[in-house]
Amino acid sequence: MSVASERRGFALPGDPIASNVNVDPRSYLYVYKIDDTIYAAVPCMYEIVDNTLKVIPLEGVYVPRPGDIVIGLVINFVITHWQVDINSPYIGILHASNVLGRPYNPAKDELREYLEIGDYIVARIDSFDRTRDPVLDIRGKDLGRITEGKIIEIKPSRVPKVIGKKKSMLNIIKNDTNCDIVVGANGRIWVKCPNKDLEDIVALAIKLIEREAFLPGLTEKVRTLIANEKHERGLL
Amino acid sequence: MSGKKAPFPLFKDGKRHDGRGPMDLRPIEMEVGILHNADGSARVKMGRTEVIAAAYGPREPPMKAMVLPDRAVIRFRYHMAPYSTDDRKSPAPSRREIELSKVIREALEATILTHLFPRTVIDVFAEVIQADGGTRTAAITAASLALADAGIPMRGLIAGVAVGKVDGQLVLDIDQVEDEYGEADMPVAAIVGLKKIVLLQLNGVLKPEEFPKALSMAWEGLKKIYEMERKVLGSKYKGV
Amino acid sequence: MSITPFNIPIVPKLKKETIYSLAKRGSRIDKRKLDQFREIKITLGAAGKAHGSALVELGHTKVLAGVKIEPGKPFPDTPDQGVLNVSAEFLPIASSEFEPGPPDENAIEVARVVDRALRESQAIDLEKLVIIPGDKVWVVWVDINVLDHDGNLFDASMLAAMAALMDAKIPQHEVLEDGSVKIIGPPVEPLPVRKKVVSVTIGALGNVFLVDPSLEEEAVLDARIVFSFDNEGNLVGLQKSGPGWVDWDRSLIAFNIAKNKYVEPLRALEEAFKVHS
Repeated sequence: MSVASERRGFALPGDPIASNVNVDPRSYLYVYKIDDTIYAAVPCMYEIVDNTLKVIPLEGVYVPRPGDIVIGLVINFVITHWQVDINSPYIGILHASNVLGRPYNPAKDELREYLEIGDYIVARIDSFDRTRDPVLDIRGKDLGRITEGKIIEIKPSRVPKVIGKKKSMLNIIKNDTNCDIVVGANGRIWVKCPNKDLEDIVALAIKLIEREAFLPGLTEKVRTLIANEKHERGLL
Repeated sequence: MSGKKAPFPLFKDGKRHDGRGPMDLRPIEMEVGILHNADGSARVKMGRTEVIAAAYGPREPPMKAMVLPDRAVIRFRYHMAPYSTDDRKSPAPSRREIELSKVIREALEATILTHLFPRTVIDVFAEVIQADGGTRTAAITAASLALADAGIPMRGLIAGVAVGKVDGQLVLDIDQVEDEYGEADMPVAAIVGLKKIVLLQLNGVLKPEEFPKALSMAWEGLKKIYEMERKVLGSKYKGV
Repeated sequence: MSITPFNIPIVPKLKKETIYSLAKRGSRIDKRKLDQFREIKITLGAAGKAHGSALVELGHTKVLAGVKIEPGKPFPDTPDQGVLNVSAEFLPIASSEFEPGPPDENAIEVARVVDRALRESQAIDLEKLVIIPGDKVWVVWVDINVLDHDGNLFDASMLAAMAALMDAKIPQHEVLEDGSVKIIGPPVEPLPVRKKVVSVTIGALGNVFLVDPSLEEEAVLDARIVFSFDNEGNLVGLQKSGPGWVDWDRSLIAFNIAKNKYVEPLRALEEAFKVHS
């Protein structure tokens, strides 16, 4: 099998991609190296720019990266921190001090006033190094507890398709439905619309993208779906 | 191998009991993504042998104790459905299933990049729906497809096939009849892209000079099965 | 279900590097050559009440196999054959890693590898073990017990089982009017052994092959292959055991090494019986 020399392409596990190139640090989970040759470890798209290889996996779990915005589900409270399901093999840690904005005093602070088990939150991954669980932060702008709207779950590997090149797909959905949409890197999407019908339509559009991510004409299909649904529900 | 003589010739005039030539694989069907819940899944059918495999993970371990600090733990089960064989097989794990679960897990250990996901568990399960010879090799092929379907990082896809010996003739991809009445059954599995053996067993007797021959027959079969695996995985991303 | 073992001791990286660099220079930590077996010692009759038994010492590895022969029913599809059963237990006395309990996947694997080699080679002539055709046959139980684990339990177990079978004698018996079998005296007639079967385990480490890996070596190997031979040189069993891979083309090198080496355990077996008689 000859090593691919094109600057972009598709690879299956075990395919040699390139030799003597640097690997983008965010791609380390999707490739492996024997001598000087880089091989794909998952079905993926790859791109070599300035002798650096970048790999986009077409399948796989969400692995947290510092800086990512994720939508988490609070699942447990353990003395000083919440455990948050971030749809990853690793459980997110949300320290009580992060939620309160100051050190936590168990005698005085009633944490259930802030967050309960079962709450969804928009959070930023603060730190993660695989030897310990990822630490979350909800103190920034547009972060915090979710109190309304709808959460849609898709495979994390499809998130780039929902966003589109330069956010093109996401903007189309937002504009065509007038909804607020926050896309978590972990495959969870928060949608808030003027009414419930529009939330359902956004969900259908996103599920369509997830299903047909690799087929042509996706943008057209999405616009058509939204228009048809709006028509059928008398929203036009 | 039952040691019994077949009631009909197993190899005559260059043809096996089912009309195949010595190097002919049985008709093969492969599909991926057939289960909704599993992270990855696949169905492999070789002749009448049919196996469904699913992969979950990497995911949080079910018990805190079940972790390794520097890599993922792999759990694998080879299991035969009670109705998969001629006589009903008890659903309880037999010693054979325990041994096969071990050797296949060890084969998967060689390809899965477990060090990329410390403190997690990767689960792979293979269910034999119909057993007609070569179930463990179909199971490992299906498991490999399920892992790729799930995006679990691997060094390469694994293909498996069994070489047998019937009426003194080495043959590729034996079925149940050839397994039962033949003189040897040699299952082999490899990471085809890297040409590394990950599973190798022999049940039966081979003359020493037959072993290298049997291995090269297996290699021809594995290459074909590997190409089919790549095709079925690639077809999932047609528009890409 | 099979699970990656998660309670085995960590192998220091330094040790792995030492073993590998020694091996690349043709040497091993116990000063053996790469293709050298440890000293093989076989003691027959080690378990007094067994119908046949043997204690095999392979370096520090000790395996005791005992044979018990009893009258029983044949399998329905082989009414004119005796029955052979092989099982193995890794006793907790053998290693701090062995927990008491029913045989785990490792013990089951050893038992089945030994069983297949004995069965497929037809080492025991099962057709000579019929008492009343279709109704009563001799059932031969081979129980392998690992007493001390210093690596290569496959070869030691194969040798112990084979020696125990060669040592075994069938109880003197009498068939009563009602069809039952009565044991009337101590065993006298030797079990009908047609072939002798031995195995050679070869460990792969990088580009090097090690024959009869010790426990320390097993902990750092890429993989092992167990090659079983009968006394005519036929290949009667194969088992790649352990996680890891073996390079396809190099596996034939391992096979050739095994083909040349199986005569050593075979000779040890034959020597044990020369002295005995």
